[in-house]
Amino acid sequence: MTIMERSAYDIAESVQQGELSAVEVLEAALARVAQVDGRPGTLDYGELTEEDRQKVHAFITLTTDRAYAQAEAVDARVKAGESVGPLAGVPLTVKDIFCVKDTPSTAASRILANFLAPYTATAVERLETAGALTLGKVNLDEFTYGSSTESSAFQPSTRNPWDTDRVPGGSSGGSTASVAAGEALLSLGTDTAGSIRQPAAFCGVVGLKPTYGRVSRYGLIAFGSSLDCPGPVARDVRDAALMLSAMAGEDRRDATAAVQAVPDYLKTLAYGVKGMRIGLSPDYMRITFPDPDTGELVQQPLPEEIRAATLRAAEALAAQGAEIVEDIPMVNTAYGIPAYFVISRVEAASNLHRFDGVKYGYRTNSGFKDLREMYRKTRAEGFGLQPKLRILMGMYVSAAQYSEQYYQRALQVRALIRSDFDAAFDPQGAYRLDALLTPTTPTTAFKLADVYGDSVLMQYADQLTVPANHAGVPGISIPAGLDSDGMPIGVQLLAPDFMEETLFQAGYAFEQATADADWRNVQPQVLR
Amino acid sequence: MTDEITPESFEHLVELAAFAFDPEEADYLRRELNLQLKAVHQLEAVPLKADVPITLHGVSYGHEIAPALREDVWEPCDNPDEILAQAPQVEDRYIIVPDIPHTKLD
Repeated sequence: MTIMERSAYDIAESVQQGELSAVEVLEAALARVAQVDGRPGTLDYGELTEEDRQKVHAFITLTTDRAYAQAEAVDARVKAGESVGPLAGVPLTVKDIFCVKDTPSTAASRILANFLAPYTATAVERLETAGALTLGKVNLDEFTYGSSTESSAFQPSTRNPWDTDRVPGGSSGGSTASVAAGEALLSLGTDTAGSIRQPAAFCGVVGLKPTYGRVSRYGLIAFGSSLDCPGPVARDVRDAALMLSAMAGEDRRDATAAVQAVPDYLKTLAYGVKGMRIGLSPDYMRITFPDPDTGELVQQPLPEEIRAATLRAAEALAAQGAEIVEDIPMVNTAYGIPAYFVISRVEAASNLHRFDGVKYGYRTNSGFKDLREMYRKTRAEGFGLQPKLRILMGMYVSAAQYSEQYYQRALQVRALIRSDFDAAFDPQGAYRLDALLTPTTPTTAFKLADVYGDSVLMQYADQLTVPANHAGVPGISIPAGLDSDGMPIGVQLLAPDFMEETLFQAGYAFEQATADADWRNVQPQVLR
Repeated sequence: MTDEITPESFEHLVELAAFAFDPEEADYLRRELNLQLKAVHQLEAVPLKADVPITLHGVSYGHEIAPALREDVWEPCDNPDEILAQAPQVEDRYIIVPDIPHTKLD
């Protein structure tokens, strides 16, 4: 087994014991990047070449010097007999929506292309303190606004390692692609409507959205402040658990980071699912969306392959001793996207007013006569179409005359979505679930340019993931097979507040139960 | 709730948001906004009792998990010049902006 085929857990153990040096690991990671990644995303990218179309393009910025300094520091400590952290020598990529001191922190937007962060996000700081090697900053949809990574101002945008004609999902597409292609063993992403879980499903890796407040948002460039959750992307459940352990917990610099002890997720990982009550809901087996031509609501069952993969996962968990409870009503699931269209846009508009060409970031190079004109030109040139769309929508639905009919109502619907989960997880209730099992996405990865530009259809890619963001509950996507085109299918487990350990236990049990499945031996296209 | 964003109200929004668009961009954006509004109108169909509270965070922040407010004590920033250095125009540690539109009062 080569270094980059091993797990983060395994690599850290070998580095801690002095059997493997962190520099060796870093060089293996950089060699893989050189093999599969192609040129990094840039603002002035010119024409795409045939070679570009076959590469992953996960990165915006490689931070090789930073990673070497970290690797050498780990090796020096090991050599001196000093203890090193639980992620010693593990190559990590960071979604370029996190501030990392002295690195370009771009949010994949022209407006922040020249921004060098003067401080480091708490989550990144904790991962680095734990010994991780920061390889670089990876691509995403501009300001995280999308589900395909295509809206990045830094092109070529990331491609799916399983088929480079397809999107990796998004917005954490660079994170999930870099892990799927074995360029990094872990990546730090963010999830506001499914931006970790959806691309994890598309790229065949594990992605966790922790409970809102489980991981500090300090240093995360904000989108929807009541929804944003930093979380781990990894190749298996144990690595995701290892990574969450290293970065979760309270933070005096984030007033929404919960004061709640972080359990030792690795300790309980192998406890199994015996006696666990795991639910299935018909409301997660169909998708409701407005017909693009008529605007009428259309309801469709999910593709059979995705449904079947979810049911097979339920059978595998049942065989491990879980009790499967069917027909859980999650009746407000279909309202997740409409409510999200309102809430996320209002929060986005509020968060994006700060980018004005005065304090940091891009300022227009064309002439201006006064401050207002400078604002207007800077924002018109600096933001791409998707952020502009979100800002305009947010301003419209929060305008005084509309706020009650849109924003207030969306916040009430959010309460209803939460009440579905409260009823399903209530220990004294009718269902008493430990977790809910659902498909992660309504489709597998779609072709580049197939959906991009249709902002409504693109948003509906998140229909099965967004309810957890409204409700605040944790969710994990784990690989559960391949479809007839050979593209990964993900299944999602959702649990009550702060019960990430349940997700890890159930996910790990599923991995053990399917360890010998044929699909686990199939490699992504770029590694064949 | 059958309202549509007209070209006039779109222009007003663009002014408030401090943007500027060419006609092609404006057409795309207004069309997408109206399609999104159609999706938002699904919320009308939700049976809502009057007493449904609004939820600002899914997770309720009980006092047991909400962090205590920090002491109101001044803490110096350790790298103010690095932060100032990010501004496009600085003089004598002041951030410079162009003229602010104003009207002279009599």
